[in-house]
Amino acid sequence: MPETTKEAAPGATAAQERFEPRIVAFFCNWCTYLAADLAGTTRLKYAPNVRVVRVMCSGRIDPQFVLEAFAKGADGVLIGGCHPGDCHYESGNYKTLRRYALLHRMLVEMGIEEERFRLEWISASEAEPLRVVVNDMVEKIRALGPLNLAIPSERAPEHVEEVAVP
Amino acid sequence: MTAKPKVAFYWCASCGGCEEAVVDLAEKVLDVTAAVDIVFWPVALDFKRKDVEAVADGSLAAAFINGAIRSTEQEEMVHMLRRKAQVVVAFGSCSHLGGIPGLANLSDREAVMAAAYRESPSLVNPDGVMPQLGYDENGHHVSLPELYDTVRTLDQVIDVDYYLPGCAPTPALIANAVMALLSGNLPAKGSVLAPDVALCDECPRQKTKPEKLALGAFKRPSEVVLNEEECLLAQGVLCLGAATRSGCDALCIKGNMPCTGCFGPTSRVRDHGIKAMSGIASTIGSNDAAEIEKIVTAIPDPIGTFYRYSLAASLLRRRRLGAPAAH
Repeated sequence: MPETTKEAAPGATAAQERFEPRIVAFFCNWCTYLAADLAGTTRLKYAPNVRVVRVMCSGRIDPQFVLEAFAKGADGVLIGGCHPGDCHYESGNYKTLRRYALLHRMLVEMGIEEERFRLEWISASEAEPLRVVVNDMVEKIRALGPLNLAIPSERAPEHVEEVAVP
Repeated sequence: MTAKPKVAFYWCASCGGCEEAVVDLAEKVLDVTAAVDIVFWPVALDFKRKDVEAVADGSLAAAFINGAIRSTEQEEMVHMLRRKAQVVVAFGSCSHLGGIPGLANLSDREAVMAAAYRESPSLVNPDGVMPQLGYDENGHHVSLPELYDTVRTLDQVIDVDYYLPGCAPTPALIANAVMALLSGNLPAKGSVLAPDVALCDECPRQKTKPEKLALGAFKRPSEVVLNEEECLLAQGVLCLGAATRSGCDALCIKGNMPCTGCFGPTSRVRDHGIKAMSGIASTIGSNDAAEIEKIVTAIPDPIGTFYRYSLAASLLRRRRLGAPAAH
């Protein structure tokens, strides 16, 4: 299959076409990471915008990791875990599911669009669903544009007396 | 007789509760005043900014600064106090973590000013008069400090030596901190001057905390008659004690109210609010996505609940500037 990410969305400006989102993907060692591996060995192509971090279980993904990824410049964060009932450690993915619900809501309240944070259950055999999810996420974030979380410096002048009168 | 060490107290974006906490030292305040000279304390003593500016750099033993930093004046004053003091102590939740004023980071200067001077229902301002930064009159220039978009913790503005946590810090912790400073028996720089364990550790209800929590529905303290001896989390109330540093003597728990997290995290946690959320969300007693969604939707204000005192110190620090207005 050709890579779908090269296709420009209708009406997209030149700047949007050029924007390549950076997505941090945390993949569970037992399922989604293996799906990514399978995609590779079967030469299935998907958008190269994800930086995969392998974790032993999606339940290991501390919400601090997600915030740190965004704070350090990620445009999106993807979590891949085992389907419900399939967790190698029995209940890790359920803990992920519970945290995800609240974390997602809090991120939206912090001004981070909902499309930028995503949880998907992808098993070791699901290379094709992985490709679809990654490509879809890249396209949605490309349409949103970069996530600019920079906080501009608002330094005080040395003395109040020197504050310019508007 | 050698001169007593000089100390300064200063307040930034705060409510005055930390000043009250010093007064709450009661008779212990006499030990403090016997041991030190207070050379600057705007809320209680009539020293001026120029009096502090006049002393040599590094000549104050310590400056205790409460409140978050959100204006040009506050930033200038803390830079000045940093130069004058050998030790700077961030005093109380606002200075330590941003505190309640830090929740203004969900908004920005323009929205804060509009709410305060144009939109408040109790306001009468038909001409839309807004505060100005300065004006000239009779050849004199009058100026006012400027508000920032982003509220900052003290250590995001100046170098901080120690932190006294709490909203407000308890008299016992304050007295211990002052005496430790005077004796020179100081912990490592950057220490939070309270025990480095979670509140559950000193909670009188600890024995009633179930081995495995399975929360069905979160309740607000006003919606339920709370048992005075049972673990509050087990009763379905959002208590942040498991994620919050101890040292407060479990004052809120003893008042049958849940911990709201004013002491901030222990040293092993970077982002207090999201860790508190993580711990509590994990205990939801359901594996069904729709049911979990229903349970968490019942929490009215997750940011205000989990980040009540620590939004400005969090990894994201503020709502994204330029994000569409929150509804």
